[in-house]
Amino acid sequence: MAGIPHDHYEPKTPGEKWLNNRLPIVGFMYDTLTFPTPKNLNWMWIWGIVLTFCLVLQIITGIVLVMHYTPHVDLAFASIEHIMRNVNGGHMIRYIHTNGASLFFIAVYAHIFRGLYYGSYKPPREITWIIGMLIYLLMMGTAFMGYILPWGQMSFWGATVITGLFGAIPGIGEPIQTILLGGPSVDNATLNRFFSLHYLLPFIIAGLVIVHIWAFHTTGNNNPTGVEVRRTSKAEAQKDTLPFWPYFVMKDLFALSVIMVIFWAIVGFMPNYLGHPDNYMEANPLVTPAHIVPEWYFLPYYAILRAFTSEVWIVQFAGFLTGGIIDAKLFGVLAMFGAIGVLFAVPWLDSSSVRSGRYRPMFKWWFGLLVFDFFALMWLGAMPAEEPYATFSLIASSYWFAYFLLILPILGLIEKPSTQPETIEEDFNSHYPVKDTPTEPVTNVIK
Amino acid sequence: MLKKLSLIVVLFLSFTGVSFSAAKEGHTHDVDFSFEGPFGTYDQMQLQRGLQVYTEVCSACHGLKYVPLRTISDEGGPGLPVNQMKAYVANFPLNDESANINLFDPVADEYRALKPSDNFPKNNAAGAPDLSLMAKGRAGFHGPYGSGINQLFKGIGGPEYIASLLTGYTGKEKEEAGVTLYANTAYPGGWIGMAPPIYGDDVTYADGHSTSIHHIAEDVSAFLMWTAEPKMNARKHTGFLAVFFLIVLSGLLYLTNKRVWASVKHK
Repeated sequence: MAGIPHDHYEPKTPGEKWLNNRLPIVGFMYDTLTFPTPKNLNWMWIWGIVLTFCLVLQIITGIVLVMHYTPHVDLAFASIEHIMRNVNGGHMIRYIHTNGASLFFIAVYAHIFRGLYYGSYKPPREITWIIGMLIYLLMMGTAFMGYILPWGQMSFWGATVITGLFGAIPGIGEPIQTILLGGPSVDNATLNRFFSLHYLLPFIIAGLVIVHIWAFHTTGNNNPTGVEVRRTSKAEAQKDTLPFWPYFVMKDLFALSVIMVIFWAIVGFMPNYLGHPDNYMEANPLVTPAHIVPEWYFLPYYAILRAFTSEVWIVQFAGFLTGGIIDAKLFGVLAMFGAIGVLFAVPWLDSSSVRSGRYRPMFKWWFGLLVFDFFALMWLGAMPAEEPYATFSLIASSYWFAYFLLILPILGLIEKPSTQPETIEEDFNSHYPVKDTPTEPVTNVIK
Repeated sequence: MLKKLSLIVVLFLSFTGVSFSAAKEGHTHDVDFSFEGPFGTYDQMQLQRGLQVYTEVCSACHGLKYVPLRTISDEGGPGLPVNQMKAYVANFPLNDESANINLFDPVADEYRALKPSDNFPKNNAAGAPDLSLMAKGRAGFHGPYGSGINQLFKGIGGPEYIASLLTGYTGKEKEEAGVTLYANTAYPGGWIGMAPPIYGDDVTYADGHSTSIHHIAEDVSAFLMWTAEPKMNARKHTGFLAVFFLIVLSGLLYLTNKRVWASVKHK
């Protein structure tokens, strides 16, 4: 492994040597656990572990749910009620799975915004960022398809609305929509293919997670200062880093445990709070719910989708330029996907040479506004498409794009960054001053 | 047809900017149910009274097709003794036998009687919706500003909605396209097709509990919360144990983490 110099596993006994020459699995685990990690990581660096936990939790509970679930339009809803009423512990497993999806998204949003603030997307970590974004995209697909499976009213109508978006793409849109649905409308074929993909995608996510970890184990973690670990010698690297075990394992486990307290309180005491009542009504193609709203984690994008109506000048301008090919509906769809697209492009949109937002006095304010904007969009996505929400949505959506396409490129050119610390050690010691009689830090507990 | 419908829905919802909350929201009053809050549990006597109201009044039109009959003996539910449950099942009125094809016995070529392993029958008698999940399928509280934050304190409000609906009739009626509609303050839009089902003193409770319209409405609402969420008592118990032990674990992990980092942090 290139990157930060550190000790590697040396097999000692003949047995260890025998295994290591055939399958270096012990060495692999050793390198993973002793991976040199910047010692100044703050509490926003715990979300990776939470996300890994969520993926495992969702896969395990999901596999059990599949044992009792029936993917058929006539039986799916009843099979969920069978799980809730007749399967031993079924109600807990299902509530853990549904609320697990919410925890997954809370964690992924915290993880993404941490990356945006501390510049984790900047060189040399662009690949880590892009893979992370792919994981996020697959997560959204998986969650969307999972929400269809109970075959409630919101499942059905959510699927109808979202797959309908693809129909807006000129030319290829309708064939894509037909392939997605397996027919002209949301029906049994749709349910079956979504079920199949809902089972498949988590394993692809798991594969990408390994690549994600591989990538940042190559570059090393970012850290709150954005200053790189010194790599000229092992001794210097050890001043900036600590091995993953036990320092970060214990820290992450503590954080995970606290998050689990909240998670279990929600599962135990209010498991339907984040869901929608309409999904406890079986899907009925003849009755449209009064409000079709997606799950909370899609609301910001839903707000962006609805923000660009035909009255907005930029929509009319796009229509004029393309001879009417881009209408309000297609514009909304492009905006929604574009809102995720700008996240993919952010490594090349940010012109600042300073990595961490901590040392960027102007950036901080714009970033704070982006976080506010995200929550505002989430709220607006749940509101009806009427005034004043339509105008608010347009402003909030515009800021989302302005942040990535205008502010980040310009800010790097005009901003005067504040002084960064020379080393991670300097930053760490400024928080935890060295006393008169320093004790030698334990650098490797495994040995 | 569906495709067109869906396109219309998409356009309607997404791009026209037309309000889709034209129907005015009904008013739901808060009820202090025994099963609210992290430690609230079902009141077994209330569930039994609610079961009686359902059987004597609601079941004439409404089914409970997802609820297994045997579960009225379950702990954390109405908890009827097994012999009473069996007697209840044997005497359960079947108003619409032909709608319950699962009760058709092809060998004997006739409709068979209900068994404890069956679910409550469905009932398509008057086009009335199934009530199994009604208490989870409706939200009584939404605000403030559509954020749903007040649900954290008041609950989602499904059973409150049912109780409000049952007591929300104003007495006004109107006829529309040959259908009689009844004014109701809780129903979204204000006019409901269901005639007032209870007036007070519709049943006689064995335990001597009040049979005013409000008490009957609350009893049956509580019962319908149980039919929607039969494992709630067990779930809250599990939740409490999990939260308690995770707090202990968090404390231990906090101390461990502190100890591990102490020398690094020059303490």
